[in-house]
Amino acid sequence: MSARATDVTPVTPARTTARRRRLPGSLAWHLGSLAVLAVILYPVVWVIGGSFKRGEDIVGSLDLFPSDPITGNYTRLTEGIADIPISTFFVNSLLLAVGSVAGILLSCSLTAYAFAKIRFAGRNLLFTLMIGTLLLPYHVLLIPQYVLFRNLDMINTYTPLLLGKYLATEAFFVFLMVQFMRNLPRELDEAARLDGCGHLRIYWSIVLPLCRPALITSAIFTFINSWNDFMGPLIYLNDPEKYTVSLGLKMFVDQEGLADYGGMIAMSLVALLPVLAFFLAFQRYLIDGMATSGLKG
Amino acid sequence: MGHAVTHAPATADRAAASEPRHGPARSPRPAALKRRRRRDNLAGYLFMSPWIAGFLLLTAGPMIASLYYAFTDYNLFDAPKWIGLDNFAEMFGDPRWRHSVQVTLWYVVVGTPIKLLAALGVALLLAQKRRGQAFYRAAFYAPSLIGASVSVAIVWKAIFSDDAVVDRTQKLFGVHAGGWTGDPDLIIYSLVALTVWQFGAPMVIFLAGLKQVPRELYEAADVDGAGKLRQFWNITLPMISPVLFFNVLLETIHSFQIFSSAYIVGGGAGGNACGPADGSMVYTCYLYVQGFENSRMGLASAMAWMLLVAVALVTAVLFWSQKRWVHYEEGGR
Repeated sequence: MSARATDVTPVTPARTTARRRRLPGSLAWHLGSLAVLAVILYPVVWVIGGSFKRGEDIVGSLDLFPSDPITGNYTRLTEGIADIPISTFFVNSLLLAVGSVAGILLSCSLTAYAFAKIRFAGRNLLFTLMIGTLLLPYHVLLIPQYVLFRNLDMINTYTPLLLGKYLATEAFFVFLMVQFMRNLPRELDEAARLDGCGHLRIYWSIVLPLCRPALITSAIFTFINSWNDFMGPLIYLNDPEKYTVSLGLKMFVDQEGLADYGGMIAMSLVALLPVLAFFLAFQRYLIDGMATSGLKG
Repeated sequence: MGHAVTHAPATADRAAASEPRHGPARSPRPAALKRRRRRDNLAGYLFMSPWIAGFLLLTAGPMIASLYYAFTDYNLFDAPKWIGLDNFAEMFGDPRWRHSVQVTLWYVVVGTPIKLLAALGVALLLAQKRRGQAFYRAAFYAPSLIGASVSVAIVWKAIFSDDAVVDRTQKLFGVHAGGWTGDPDLIIYSLVALTVWQFGAPMVIFLAGLKQVPRELYEAADVDGAGKLRQFWNITLPMISPVLFFNVLLETIHSFQIFSSAYIVGGGAGGNACGPADGSMVYTCYLYVQGFENSRMGLASAMAWMLLVAVALVTAVLFWSQKRWVHYEEGGR
C-alpha cells in the first residue's frame, strides 16, 4: 500500500476512493487465503493434537488440543509394532528411498543427456515411446512384473522396488531433465567437443553440474514418492522385518488400530515427519519443478 | 504433449553445426562427418542403454505378457491355460466388477472437476501479487506431497468416521447422516474430499500459466471497459487453456488409478479392502483383490487391459477436443 505517497500529496477525492477500494480488496484477499489455509491445515493440526490425546478422546472430541496432554502415545511407540522396533521400518524406508534417489539421478540423467545432447538415429522414435510411458497406467505392468520377479525368485527382496529406478523407467524425471538440458547454452558443449571432449566427459563435467536444480527437484520428488509408496511394498514384501514405514503403519492399523488409537495417530505423524522436513527445506525446488513440468508439457 | 515437434529445428541445424569452422585445415569432410555420426550413434545408444533395458524388460515385455495372460486362466502355480475371451465375459458379467467401474467413474467425474475448479479458483486468488503469496502457495501445495501417504489416509478415515468432526459439523446443519467412512454411499465422497484437498499441485501449474499472460491484454481490456468477468472469459481462460488441458489430462488419468487411499480408508479390521458394502471399491482395488488375494492373474490382467483401454480412450478424446478449446500461442510451445 503506497501510504507514503498519499501522505505527501494533497488528498483528492479520486485518490481516497481508490484507496478505499483497495483496502477491502486486500482484506478480502487475506481472509480468503486464510480460510483456504484453515481447511488445508486442519487435518495436520488435528493429527498433531490427536497424538497427545487419550485414545477415546481422539475421534469424539472436537477440541483440537487436549486440556491434559499426554505423551503416552509416543512412549508406546518405543515398544515397536508386532515386536519389531519402529526404527527397523525407518531404516528400511530410508534404504529404499536413498537407493531410489541414486538410481533415478544416474539413469535418468544419462537418458536425458542422450535425448537432449546427442544426435543419433532413432532418437525421435525413442523419445515418443518415452513420453508414451508417461501416460501408461502402472496397473497394466503390475501383474506381469510381479510374475517376472517371482520367476526370478526376487519376491520379498528390495530388487523389484529398486530395479526400475536404475533403468530410468520413471519417464517424468527423464522428461524434466531433458527440458532442462535443452535450455542449457549450446555453445558450451559444442566448444568442448571441438576441444576433443567425448560425450562422457561433457555429460559429467559440463552438463551434470549445470543441471543441479533439475537434479535436486528429481531427488526430492523421488525420495518422497519412495517414502510414500504403498502398493509396491504391499505386493513385493511379506516379511515384517523388511517392511517399510507405510507397511508397518498399515500393519499397526490392522493389528491394534482400534485398541490403540492414540499410538496409531502418533505413528501416523512420525511417519510423515521426513516428508514434511523435506518439504520445509526444499519447497522452492519442488514448486518450481512442478510449475515447469506443466508449462513445457 | 506436442513437443516432439521441437526436434525439427535440432535436426535442421545439424548440418550447420558439423560444418568445420576453422577452414580447410581439417581432415577430409565426408569421412570426418561419417566418423562423428557413427560415434554419436554409438554414444547415443550407450547413454540410452539403461532406459532401453528398462523399457524392454519392465515395460514392453510385461505389456505383451499381460496381454497374453488376459486370455488365459493363470493362478501363478500352474502354467497359464488359454481360455480365449472367458476372462472378459466373466468380467462384464460380474456385478462386483460393474460396481467397481461405477464407483471409479463417479470418483473421476465428481472429484476431478471439483479439484481443478478449486485449483483454478485459488490460483486466481494467489495470482494477485500481495504479501504472503509465497507462503500461501507453499502451504497449499503441501497436501499434494503427503496426500498419497498411508498416514493421511488414516487421518482421513478418523476425521470422516462417526461422531468425528465432519459428522458433528453436518449435525450442526441438521444433517444426521453419520460418518462417511462407515456408509457405503458416502465413503466415496470422503475420497473425493481427499483428492480435492490435494488441489495444490494443479494450482501451482495454473499459477505458472497465469504468470505468463501478458499484462497489456488486461490493460487494453480495461481501456475498452470490459468487466473482470469478461476479461476472465475472453483473456485469462484462452491464454491458460494449454495449462488447463495439461491439468485436466493428468488429473483425469491419475484419478482412474486411485488405489492406496481407497484401500486404507476402506480397509476394515476384518480384512475387507473395499469399504462397507464395497462402497469404496475403486477399479484398482478390485484388480488387487482378484489378482493378489484370489490369485486370478489372468482375470486381473484382463481387468488391467480394460483400464488401459479406458484411459487411452479418455486421453484420445481429450487430445481430439483440444482443437476446439485449447489455444496455443503461435511460435510458442
